[in-house]
Amino acid sequence: MNMKILGAFAAVALLAACAQSETGASSGAGAQAAQSGAVPGSQEDLVANVGDRVFYDFDKSNLKTEGKTTLDRQSAWLAKYPQVSVQVAGNCDERGTVEYNLALGQRRAKASRDYLVAKGVAASRVTTISNGKEKPTALGSDEQAWAQNRNAITSVR
Amino acid sequence: MRVEFRLWDVLPQAQIQGTAYTATVRNWRRIAHIISDVIYERLLGEKGYFDTRIVYIGGTGPRDKRIRRLAIMDQDSENNRFLTDGSWMALTPRFHPTRDEIVFMSYANNRPRVYLFDLTSGRQQALGEFDGMTFAPRFAPDGASVLMAVTNGGGSDIVSVDLSSKRPRRLTESGAIDVSPCYSPDGTQIVFNSDRGGDQQLYVMNANGSGVKRISFGQGRYATPVWSPRGDLIAYTRLGGASWGIGVMHPDGSGERILSESYQVEGPTFAPNGRVLMFWRETRARDSRGGGFSSRLVSIDIAGFNERVVPTPTDASEPAWSPLAA
Repeated sequence: MNMKILGAFAAVALLAACAQSETGASSGAGAQAAQSGAVPGSQEDLVANVGDRVFYDFDKSNLKTEGKTTLDRQSAWLAKYPQVSVQVAGNCDERGTVEYNLALGQRRAKASRDYLVAKGVAASRVTTISNGKEKPTALGSDEQAWAQNRNAITSVR
Repeated sequence: MRVEFRLWDVLPQAQIQGTAYTATVRNWRRIAHIISDVIYERLLGEKGYFDTRIVYIGGTGPRDKRIRRLAIMDQDSENNRFLTDGSWMALTPRFHPTRDEIVFMSYANNRPRVYLFDLTSGRQQALGEFDGMTFAPRFAPDGASVLMAVTNGGGSDIVSVDLSSKRPRRLTESGAIDVSPCYSPDGTQIVFNSDRGGDQQLYVMNANGSGVKRISFGQGRYATPVWSPRGDLIAYTRLGGASWGIGVMHPDGSGERILSESYQVEGPTFAPNGRVLMFWRETRARDSRGGGFSSRLVSIDIAGFNERVVPTPTDASEPAWSPLAA
């Protein structure tokens, strides 16, 4: 009986650990964040306190709820620092061909940019670029690495 | 230096060919390749591929900080040289059918687009003026134009750019990703890759963009179609969940054969006689630091025999075979 309960607790703890690591992954460096002394309006500020990237599903470019939340924070941050212009870079995991992924990366970058513009960021402040699968963040060849690499990363220009 | 060779047929006891060449000593390898092509042609009744070169992308450094340089070498890996210094990422080079020129994609000045590269002078020139990114270039068989993709909204269109007027002509505008176009050797048709049906498949259309029809119907996604110089086959990459394959099919989609399968194999290119394919093979990273990853050029004949790694001084990808010289 006690053993069973203990087992259940262990399972819950495991699940919690998974959920946490996923959140950590998807908000990028956002979590380790608020304590940093980054210059307001800088790239470091964006990475540490806002979250510089959103993630996509395999071969997809539609924004997920988490991604929209990150982009909401980005648009609010851009409203606060109107002198800042950004570039959104679309990236893909290695499980696609070079040329197709160049187009897919562009489609992802555009999805993020369109969202920022819809939230009131001036179109002239947001450029896009696609890196296809050529600039991965994570270097492994497993689902965890691929999930990290299917993204659009915003950087201060 | 003077090189003489004779090809002797032992049964009828007769000379098939006897030729002498004069060349500077540093061209001895080239002479050997030219002689090999003559022998190949006399014995097999079709052109060889010994006096040819390969352009490809040489990769160095970890994958998140990869340096990608344009490189060129003889088909037997000799005389390798790097054509760009790696300051900007270079991708997908392809040879002009007659001139000493290639077309490729460069991220120069962080503006990814298609460039022409004159191999004699080393001069680079962006091809055309477009609002979007231009990529996936390939020369027409007559060398007078370039087919490539240009981003448009959330997709990309196939355009043909005339090399003398630099004027573009839009051939597709589906809203989907249309990419990787390649002419048939007679220039009347184009095979390309599109996700217009929901995922990546191969399509053939007339050279003016009319009469689009899908030709790939097997399992998985299909990409990077290239038309054989003989016209009878289209080679491609087939993408499955666990492994990818390099395959060939007839231009109507029939007779599909997978020649090589691995974790990731991509981007076949035909030898000018259509008898051999070269592609690249990437191995799976075995840890989170990318250990165990490699990228190598591989050749295989179209019957699926004689698969072998083509040595390169660095990691290599995106090979393209030159036409047969002179």
